[in-house]
Amino acid sequence: MQNPQLTDDGKLKHLLSIEGLPKKILNQILDTAESFVGVAEREVKKVPLLRGKTVCNLFFENSTRTRTTFEIAAKRLSADVITLNVSTSSQSKGETILDTIDNLTAMHADMFVVRHSQSGAAHMIAKHVAPHIHVINAGDGRHAHPTQGLLDAFTIRRYKPDMHNLRVAIVGDVLHSRVARSEIHALTTLGVPEVRVIAPKTLLPQDVEKLGVHVYHDMREGLKDVDVVMMLRLQNERMAGAMLPSSQEYFKTYGLTQEKLALAKPDAIVLHPGPMNRGVEIDSAVADGTQSVILPQVTYGIAVRMAVMSILAGN
Amino acid sequence: MNLPDAETLFKGLIEQIKPIITADTAIVGIHSGGAWLAERLLAILGGDIENGILDVSFYRDDYNQRGLHNETKPSQIPFDVKDKHILLIDDVFYTGRTIRAAMNELFDYGRPASITLAVLVNRGGRELPIAPQISAFNTELEASKNLQLLRHPDGTFYFTLEENK
Repeated sequence: MQNPQLTDDGKLKHLLSIEGLPKKILNQILDTAESFVGVAEREVKKVPLLRGKTVCNLFFENSTRTRTTFEIAAKRLSADVITLNVSTSSQSKGETILDTIDNLTAMHADMFVVRHSQSGAAHMIAKHVAPHIHVINAGDGRHAHPTQGLLDAFTIRRYKPDMHNLRVAIVGDVLHSRVARSEIHALTTLGVPEVRVIAPKTLLPQDVEKLGVHVYHDMREGLKDVDVVMMLRLQNERMAGAMLPSSQEYFKTYGLTQEKLALAKPDAIVLHPGPMNRGVEIDSAVADGTQSVILPQVTYGIAVRMAVMSILAGN
Repeated sequence: MNLPDAETLFKGLIEQIKPIITADTAIVGIHSGGAWLAERLLAILGGDIENGILDVSFYRDDYNQRGLHNETKPSQIPFDVKDKHILLIDDVFYTGRTIRAAMNELFDYGRPASITLAVLVNRGGRELPIAPQISAFNTELEASKNLQLLRHPDGTFYFTLEENK
């Protein structure tokens, strides 16, 4: 079956998931993002590409960083931007998602950026919209968060340009994490030869090895000689399911401390998609330390989202 | 049509450019041919002339028809554009649309004192009230022809003239 994200001639029409996208398109996004990094340092931090276009940010689920950086990205492309926190608007009055989309389309929206707690929400919208409209998945359930995967890959490439020679560890709640899934697809597609996941059995999906990763349950063993450590947020709201004894216990076994980070390569970098639970999955000394690239991730997130939007809107 | 040798034209271009360089001049090459010309020009002129590179992909007026260019390169303007006399360099001047995009981009960095356009070849066919002040060679080429500056491994220049696909 044809990938619903691509046009008939193989160009990116929607960004729904990294899974199934060719390396060429991922590289095109990252290379284009490289050109957008400098725009933020100019007197006028804008380019005219999306002038006259309307971008609708539809957040059916809370988010601060993703929503804000998508909004800034669209504005720096000169688009008009509307951000709707739908949980607080029509949906609470009973309107369906597709009705919301149809109404915004009637207002001549050109692009939808969608976050939803249901996996597949962005796919459903992409199937529904008129051919000239583009959809970006800004996180759907446990499924995917493609721009996060891309911005993580971009950040890694900026610090470690030779992706074909890297050992990367992803640590934490892989089971519930759409971020982890998108990171794994992005890194393996871009040619990173060794991606490890480090987590307790209860926080790993079944058959996780099929994604092409090496599984470690012992963090010290898994961090040995890695170039990149990607921490995941421990989703506190999942703790209720009694999957974990306590956050203190978790920190002891899977929290990133300076002492554990010392097992990685001396020049290893540390990423975290935010929001961080300090003292649960990451120690403050690491989060604020010299190896942390957590704030550059946020900055690069804008350039990567500008790249995605400008490539989509042109196709 | 026989095109003069690109290296000969380049020598002519240097002679025309030399007299207009002042302390406030900054040289900006348009990616890719203009950037190559600017690079060699700077090496020949010596000194410490401010310089940069523009890739106008984000300012092109055909984005809505053709989409974003596949291989954008970062623009690099590592100096303060304000009050500088910008010498903008490109290889081939044709419709003027690239130059319009380049000027729009430059003004997003600051307000220059002036912009002068120097090109290796003005091939005719402009569609906007924009023209180079300096060109090493003027000719009229049919719209079906694609004139391109290329670079040998040793850095010397040559032209290709092909039918558009």
